[in-house]
Amino acid sequence: MSEGTKRPFSVREIREEFPALRQLIYNKNLIYFDNGATSQKPKIVLDAINMYYSKDNANIHRGVHFMSQKATTEYEASRITIQKYINAKKSEEIIFTKGTTDGINLVAYSFGELLSAGDEIIITAMEHHSNIVPWQMLCQRKGLTLRVVPINKKGELIMDEYDKLLNSKTKLVAVTHISNTLGTINPVKEMGAKAHAVGAKILVDGAQSIQHMSIDVKDMDCDFFVFSGHKVFGPTGIGVLYGKEAILDSMPPYQGGGDMISKVTFERTTYNELPFKFEAGTPHIAGGICLGKAFEFLSSLDMVAIQKYEKELAEYAQDMLDTFEGCRIIGEAKNKTSVVSFVMEGIHPFDIGTLLDKQGIAVRTGHHCTQPLMDFFGVPGTVRASFAFYNTREEVDTFIAAVEKSINMLK
Amino acid sequence: MTIEEKQQEIIDEFNIYDDWMEKYEYIIELGKDLPIIDPDKLTNDRLIEGCQSRVWLDAEVKDGKMQFSADSDAIITKGIIGLLIRVMNDETPETIAKADLHSIGDIGLQEHLSPTRANGLASMVKKMKMAAIKATINN
Repeated sequence: MSEGTKRPFSVREIREEFPALRQLIYNKNLIYFDNGATSQKPKIVLDAINMYYSKDNANIHRGVHFMSQKATTEYEASRITIQKYINAKKSEEIIFTKGTTDGINLVAYSFGELLSAGDEIIITAMEHHSNIVPWQMLCQRKGLTLRVVPINKKGELIMDEYDKLLNSKTKLVAVTHISNTLGTINPVKEMGAKAHAVGAKILVDGAQSIQHMSIDVKDMDCDFFVFSGHKVFGPTGIGVLYGKEAILDSMPPYQGGGDMISKVTFERTTYNELPFKFEAGTPHIAGGICLGKAFEFLSSLDMVAIQKYEKELAEYAQDMLDTFEGCRIIGEAKNKTSVVSFVMEGIHPFDIGTLLDKQGIAVRTGHHCTQPLMDFFGVPGTVRASFAFYNTREEVDTFIAAVEKSINMLK
Repeated sequence: MTIEEKQQEIIDEFNIYDDWMEKYEYIIELGKDLPIIDPDKLTNDRLIEGCQSRVWLDAEVKDGKMQFSADSDAIITKGIIGLLIRVMNDETPETIAKADLHSIGDIGLQEHLSPTRANGLASMVKKMKMAAIKATINN
């Protein structure tokens, strides 16, 4: 974790830093409960975006001029900020990507090149499509087998089944840290240790965890950790793949182009070193710099207090929803956070979502890109309220009243 | 009543409401009231899979006029389907093929017909038009 003074957590103060929260939607105060899809941005990030394009815009890593140097310095400083935040050993282990999906695809392609027919990949039944499809594509390409860890009715991984799936053919375990649909927090450290015991690597999809808890990749001892910038209060189109240096070094490049090369001739091209080997072409410079600002912002916060606050908020919402007749909470893991998914008997999630929208409340409805999970629970989709530290108990109260109003209209 | 008059009638009905929730209350009532498709026709070949809600559409030509029936698993989608069918039923294929379906947009529900809404309605309108165009060619 990065050092520095943490300010005491105050939701009122934090809200001040997010201008998007102060707006009227259909003449109602916005209540933004779609943080699982994307988070709002603090002023420090918005100012940095404005500053970058107003003043500092230049291409990086190859310019001799002042602006290019400045942009390069800031881009690389951001890499170090992120490295420190997640406690990676070296900044070379921080690869900028387009986002979580891009990071997983990079690993599926590049790490996948090291695998051969008969090898096995393990995922879980609660994965986002982004952590299913790239592995299916890899399995098809290389003749590998995909294994799926099942879940119980509460939405928790059945660890005994995981143990049974692991074997000497297992090469990689790809698991979500927190389920985007259920809010379940998975025991990724334990899963990693078990994977390592059979010689497999572990990739942790941190898209839904990094914004809610402290992340320490060294302590977690994961081989890969991926996340998206936009879900962690940064810009869209930027994300990070963390990978252990030795593993990244052993992997072939994913895409070819500028920046990733050392020397190019028509006969032979040699590749650049980490992290540039995996960063072909002009990157999302503004995104990279501003993601660093988002982590500077996060570094100033007390994540322990925040995690507790968000968990309480979600539990409060869940308890209130539970009082409605016909309400079924999807995802009741003992260890869960920040997400409440539910269905109402006889009412389509889309209808509830539409009526909540007209009351100024942003939630997500549908299958949340986890169709196999929806099939498991036997629902077409859910209404999902996903919280961030800037949400309040009063907002939950308003949300509950709006849900009640919607149900009454739809019944 | 011409297709334009029918659209104007819908616009007038919705003009009474200035609150969004009232508008939706009305749409929901329309959705609840309408038996819009024969249950035998809820088949996969008539299904339009949306990311959010699903729509079933059946199109026929009877006595030179288009007859549509449709359904959805979401009640708001169903209410809007009711409006669309009210506008388009009993019209000639030529009229539907040329029709400017502005009324849904005029009452503020354009978002539901946007392909990004993923409720199957955008595809449904397209299929209604295509069925009409096909019928024009067959004539």
